[in-house]
Amino acid sequence: MILAIDTSVGTSVAVIGDGIIAEASTVDTRSHAEYIGVFIDRVLTEAGVTPAEVTRVVTGIGPGAFTGLRVGIAAGIAFAVGRGIPISGLPSHDAISVGRGACTVVSDVRRRELAWTTYRDGVSLNGPRLATESSLAIDVDLDTFPEVRAVQISAALLATAAQNRLDRGDDLSSLRPLYLRAPDATPSKGPKRVSG
Amino acid sequence: MNGPLVLGIESSCDETGVGIVRGTTLLANVIASSMDEHAVFGGVVPEIAARAHLEAIRGTIEAAVAEANIRLDDLDAIAVAAGPGLAGALMVGVGAAKALAVALDRPIFGVNHLVGHVGADVLREDGGAIELPTVALLVSGGHTSLLLVRDLVTDVVLLGETIDDAAGEAFDKVARLLGLPYPGGPHIDRVATDGDPTAIRFPRGLTLPKDLIDHRYDFSFSGLKTAVARYVESTERPSIADVAASFRESVADVLTKKAVAACVEHGVDRLLLGGGVAANARIRALAAERCAENGIELRVPPLNLCTDNGAMIAALGAHLVSRGVAPSDLDFAVQSTLSVETIRV
Ligand SMILES: [Zn+2]
Repeated sequence: MILAIDTSVGTSVAVIGDGIIAEASTVDTRSHAEYIGVFIDRVLTEAGVTPAEVTRVVTGIGPGAFTGLRVGIAAGIAFAVGRGIPISGLPSHDAISVGRGACTVVSDVRRRELAWTTYRDGVSLNGPRLATESSLAIDVDLDTFPEVRAVQISAALLATAAQNRLDRGDDLSSLRPLYLRAPDATPSKGPKRVSG
Repeated sequence: MNGPLVLGIESSCDETGVGIVRGTTLLANVIASSMDEHAVFGGVVPEIAARAHLEAIRGTIEAAVAEANIRLDDLDAIAVAAGPGLAGALMVGVGAAKALAVALDRPIFGVNHLVGHVGADVLREDGGAIELPTVALLVSGGHTSLLLVRDLVTDVVLLGETIDDAAGEAFDKVARLLGLPYPGGPHIDRVATDGDPTAIRFPRGLTLPKDLIDHRYDFSFSGLKTAVARYVESTERPSIADVAASFRESVADVLTKKAVAACVEHGVDRLLLGGGVAANARIRALAAERCAENGIELRVPPLNLCTDNGAMIAALGAHLVSRGVAPSDLDFAVQSTLSVETIRV
């Protein structure tokens, strides 16, 4: 039984396995910390699964807006530690690639920037990388890899993508978010003069 | 040993703290700090702090559980700082705490970080039950607040707070002016030892009679910082030791004078220091001196319980559980400006 969490865009949580599936999602991109606990609780209840029956946590590691993204990863880690079960991290874009042939998954990562990843049959070829709305068509061959805009990442599809990748023997142990940007901070240039 | 077994998570600023208590007994207090990563910037960078919290959250929980020698399944409740603090930083702790609560099927208490500093007092080895009422002076890089606490569940009043910089921020900025490293507090403390605190008469913020009408227990350090900058710029070869000592004296003077006045005027004979700036030698000494003069008992928790930590959050959580306070709803939000009157969100 997999508990899957993604907060790279909105908040999506799913429990999946043994023919059971329950999912709770919202496209609200500002209230991840409010939804996360409620959604985990809700999908377990709806699926009739106790926390002790979950055997693996899967979490999307972005790209996405940083603050929200971290909420889901932190929650996934804490659930896994709480139950003493493994946790796997994978790019959130992987969820969109499930069941598609060639495609470019594109998501909004704020500050008028997009993140994109190209896939063929669920295997990522290039990305995730940053682009702007105008540079996307130059950076990527959208004719061969048609654009799919991710307005929501489904945790259930993320779980499916994770299962596919684990079956292929991929290493999903890194939970480091795909920030793609350095922290917004400029080193101090020394004290400002206040007089003279 | 009695009392509820509670795990507390703190992530309001640059410290990732996980603590475990049983009632008023401290079992574990694990802290991971991102302070060094902020040094080059001269102050806490919120995004760097938030990134560091996520990297530290697993290790701190696991280390606390190992240190306390418990199983997570033994816990009675989870507590987490819900504010005040940096929103993006708080969300890491809150996201983790909520998932942990659901995973263990235990109640969660989203609590006030500042009130947590007061709750830390019960964990002193010579402590026992917290003695109330008390005035609490909570001073760090993120906050400078004076609280009157008559009851940890029902009666916490904000007497005053800084209207501009936190005291710790002032130490950081003045340290930078003097070419001293970050964080400024310990370095100014060190340099000031050889200086004359009366060498330069720096201003005492919000202490004039007219200020005391509207800002009796409020603080202001921005004018002081500017005065130090002016002095350093306009003086040929200023004595760093004298500047540091005189600056520190101004901060210590205002903080302790207002805190002791609050005790006297409210008829409270107990003063509790909390926050990282409570480590400052001069502030502690002056507080001790002035408390003694006025027959006030001064309480200063050990340093690792003064600076931001998870044990204080756990202690406050355990106190709320013991008092039969209902847990938070799972959908609570972090509140970066949470008022001290809200002890549990
Ligand atoms: Zn604090």
